[in-house]
Amino acid sequence: MIFRQALKALLSHWRQHPVQFFSVLTGLWLATSLLTGVQALNSQARDSYARASQLIGGEPQASLTAPGGGTFPQQWFVDLRRQGWPVSPVLQARVLLKGHEDQRLQLMGIDPVSLPPGAALAGQAREMTEVVEFFTEPGRTWVAPQTLQALGLMEGDQPRTIDGRPLPPLHVQVDMAPGVMLMDIGFAQAVLGLPDQLSRLLLPATFSAVLPEAFNDRLQFKRADEENNLSRLTESFHLNLDALGVLSFVVGLFIVHAAIGLALEQRRSLLRTLRACGVSARVLVASLAIELGGLALLGGIAGVLSGYWLASLLLPDVAASLRGLYGAEVAGHLNLSIAWWLSGVGLSLLGALLAGADSLLRAARLPLLALANPQAWHQAHGRWLRRQRWVATVAALIGASALVWGDSLASGFVLMTALLLGAALALPVLLSSVLTWLLRRSRSVLGQWFIADCRQQLPALSLALMALLLALAANIGAGSMTAGFRQTFSNWLEQRLTAELYISPQTPAQAEELYVWLKQQPTISAVVPLWQVSIPLRGWPTDVHGIIDHPHYRQHWPLLESDGDKPWEQLASADTLMLSEQLARRLNVSIGDQLTLSTPQGPWALRIVGIYADYGNPKGHVLVNADHLLAHWPQLTPNRFNLRIEPPAIPALLTALQGRFSLDDSRIVDQARLKGWSTQVFERTFAATAALNSLTLAVAGVALFISLLTQSQSRLGQLAPLWALGVTRRQLMLLNLGQTWLLALLTLVLALPLGIALAWCLDAVINVQAFGWRLPLRVFPLQLAQLLALAMLATLLASAWPLYALYRAQPADLLRTFAHED
Amino acid sequence: MKIKIGVLLLALLSGCDDSAPVQKGFAGLGDSAVAFTPVVPGRPFSFPADHGVHEGFRIEWWYVTANLKDAQGRDFGVQWTLFRSALNAAPQASGWRNQTIWLGHAAVTSASVHHAAERYARGGVGQAGVQAAPFEAWIDDWQFSTQASAAEPLANLQLKARDRRFSYALRLTSNRPLVLQGEQGFSQKSEQGQASYYYSQPFFQARGELEIDGQRYTVSGPAWLDREWSSQPLTANQTGWDWFSLHLDNGEQLMLYRMRHKNGAPYLTGTWIDVQGRAQTLHAGEISLVPLDTANVSGRSMPVRWAIKIPGKQLDVITQSLNPNAWMDLRIPYWEGPVRLSGNQGGTGYLEMTGY
Repeated sequence: MIFRQALKALLSHWRQHPVQFFSVLTGLWLATSLLTGVQALNSQARDSYARASQLIGGEPQASLTAPGGGTFPQQWFVDLRRQGWPVSPVLQARVLLKGHEDQRLQLMGIDPVSLPPGAALAGQAREMTEVVEFFTEPGRTWVAPQTLQALGLMEGDQPRTIDGRPLPPLHVQVDMAPGVMLMDIGFAQAVLGLPDQLSRLLLPATFSAVLPEAFNDRLQFKRADEENNLSRLTESFHLNLDALGVLSFVVGLFIVHAAIGLALEQRRSLLRTLRACGVSARVLVASLAIELGGLALLGGIAGVLSGYWLASLLLPDVAASLRGLYGAEVAGHLNLSIAWWLSGVGLSLLGALLAGADSLLRAARLPLLALANPQAWHQAHGRWLRRQRWVATVAALIGASALVWGDSLASGFVLMTALLLGAALALPVLLSSVLTWLLRRSRSVLGQWFIADCRQQLPALSLALMALLLALAANIGAGSMTAGFRQTFSNWLEQRLTAELYISPQTPAQAEELYVWLKQQPTISAVVPLWQVSIPLRGWPTDVHGIIDHPHYRQHWPLLESDGDKPWEQLASADTLMLSEQLARRLNVSIGDQLTLSTPQGPWALRIVGIYADYGNPKGHVLVNADHLLAHWPQLTPNRFNLRIEPPAIPALLTALQGRFSLDDSRIVDQARLKGWSTQVFERTFAATAALNSLTLAVAGVALFISLLTQSQSRLGQLAPLWALGVTRRQLMLLNLGQTWLLALLTLVLALPLGIALAWCLDAVINVQAFGWRLPLRVFPLQLAQLLALAMLATLLASAWPLYALYRAQPADLLRTFAHED
Repeated sequence: MKIKIGVLLLALLSGCDDSAPVQKGFAGLGDSAVAFTPVVPGRPFSFPADHGVHEGFRIEWWYVTANLKDAQGRDFGVQWTLFRSALNAAPQASGWRNQTIWLGHAAVTSASVHHAAERYARGGVGQAGVQAAPFEAWIDDWQFSTQASAAEPLANLQLKARDRRFSYALRLTSNRPLVLQGEQGFSQKSEQGQASYYYSQPFFQARGELEIDGQRYTVSGPAWLDREWSSQPLTANQTGWDWFSLHLDNGEQLMLYRMRHKNGAPYLTGTWIDVQGRAQTLHAGEISLVPLDTANVSGRSMPVRWAIKIPGKQLDVITQSLNPNAWMDLRIPYWEGPVRLSGNQGGTGYLEMTGY
């Protein structure tokens, strides 16, 4: 009974202060929605990886592939089977469907019968009947429901490839990996025009034996974890998204904390009255906790709903960048579990508890008889500032040690968090001292009042200003990093992509023929063949490229570091290699070090003579001389030809090429298309980041607005005396605006160095740890000015409504504040 | 004589257990209109062609069992089976369009251990198959192939299988003629006329190496080959099968089976093969086959001790399983293992029980 009445009395506060009520809700809602949105994106992506890796056999499989990555004769499958190897054939290739040329699809052909008995296929063990239907004319093409929907096709349809070959009828399988079309190997060979060719042999993950000698340099063994490295490769990408989500969560909680703290302060007298009426401290705290829980539940539900909406909005961009960067297919439709919804609401509850714990504690310790002391705020604020200064110092120390001793992505994030947190906590301290200093310099009465009152507002506004600082710094940091990366990346692309045409042969046999033919073409000024072997290098998936000694490389392959002034000559003559920046970092090697590659002929030790940038490639990249590569992998055939040719001669060459060889469109790429792809991948990668970033700025704006609004109601008491002394309402309003702007401007000025420091962290620490490349720090003044203007506009908008309310305040309202003084 | 396994294989492929002859084919296949070849009496056998594949027939198998002993007198059993199951009756294409499923079963049994394994393969690409001359039947690295002249391909054969926990390589030799079962190789399976073509070589002598759980044994003993093909599965009424192949100590051989029915008496028949290889069909009235004790095997009650009486041949024996836990825990599960005879004749043999 007492409990109910107490709760009722407490809740009545929100009726009188609906703005506060909505600010708590908004804080919880924003915090939950951004974090759950990001989590939804990540879990969707991880679910897709798991489906892809467990598509066949229900677990990641080991496999045998040709070292060059091309196809090989089906007879090898039979030969290995007849030697007791439990291999199962796979033919996999990209395919374009007529009328759906914009969709990237993987066609995968398998033999369900030679899979280990009972092995799951697309999520479940299959009845033999289903297997028989799968390989009996007209067969089946298994697709995920999302893929079918994305294609706009129906079950039973038989789309054609761009070469006009029909696929077996489409059939939906819920557990299919997105973007994959699974069919029997017989149909796959026909559809792809690769009769009796395979691209992979699957092996149970547990199987291990020595490859028969006849296959020694024809096939190479890949362990299950090497084969399934999507989740490893994309790890940093998801970590980055997570970090953004957590940042927004923290900003949201700032708002909640501010609003709840304010509500408690305003209800001090109510709490005291309740205590005086005999309500125990325990009941009071319990009522407050229930109130908080209810708010958290409401905010959480709203947050999870909008998180879902946000995720479904961002998913296409995230999916596109994952596809472009890592070749990972992510379903384009959200499919979330109950656990996700519950954990979202749970997060909101946890956040509310975190943000409100301080208020609950204070309510519990509320001295029964102490009078409400208007100065108490200020004293408390002084203590709070001192405490904050200490915490900020500790954060700065943690950040410094993470910078000095840290050597991982996690320590990079510790550095960033410490930097942001330290700066945010130091902000009120700094603002307070700046204002104190200004106060001492001020001569005019109104000027002194202006600054002193500004300082008085600081406690109420500091949290919102901190949120503004964080959001702006994050925007400056991420913006500089993205813009800098874009510039670096496009310069690098410009240098590297110099061949006019890139041609990949379909089969090894075709490669030899193609090479001879290309060399005979008079219009081609240079044919630069490329051999490729994919091997794990100290466990990291790596592509080793064999290149010929050609002036092309000297001119167009920029090196970040090299051994002496003739690195390309060294590469041509001795057992040496060059490797990508990210691989060098991952393996922790530098110029002059030795690296050992395992080859079918035994270990091969090479000296590092060059390091080059290889932006956007999650795999390792190594260059060696082709003759040396072929000495160790004698069976290799070129897997690509880079052609130098005058652009006008290209169409004629293409016609001749198509007439002579069967090469589908995906095997001939011209420079412009390649550049287009790369830039597109880049843009989409940062589209999601940019969107999330502007959202954090919006959150900060909302925080500021709410703080100003809540504050404006208590401001009348301070403003009424000035009005009584003859300052007009118009002047009052301008003074107020000036105060808000002064605080915001000071915050923004502080955000500039913080943002640039953050950009440096991203360029030189986070990028290095997450992707392996270091970016030069670039500052773009125009971009900064734009951001500052945007932030000022946000401040103006945030202060507009409270000021308007003040401007419209009736003289009677102002007078009443005197009447209420006790 | 593993007709039930063949039928189960069909059921596995068609998804309807105990079906009447499935003539509708699969997935609207055009070829399904072509009927499988029926089994009729009076078909002349022709070797070596009949060692190979009989296209047009739905199911077929090559089946070897051996009762082996090592130098210490320890008993072992070895089984090797290759099933062919055609999904349609049309001539089979080469490559992945081929509509044949091959299934291999292999097992080894000792008094304390029984290991079984299976292999699946599609026809047409070479992973599994049978060629008549020179005779070779294979699936993966399991192999049953002739080592002898083209005239007498079954005089000398190699038999190999391997799995994670066992392997064997045996040499099978024989100088006796093949035995045509039933009426000149036409073997009736029920009163309704279900039948198969069926011949055997019960006189193999096997010798070779056997490995179980890393332990190697040099072994020898009698072995038995069954060859059977048919298009007509069993009737829906038939629930299971108890089948014996017995090598008697006096050199005579006995094949015996009992087809159990859902209602009504089992169909009982057999073949008595004398030392010269002359076969005589035994009819139900001439045979007494009675299960004695049951044992709990893999959660089922299985008769692992039987009394066999054939008064016309003065045979009165009891069969005892070498290892009652000879359960073939495979995609098509059944019981199959070596047995020992006691009574007025000694001997060894194999017992297969399905449908329990």
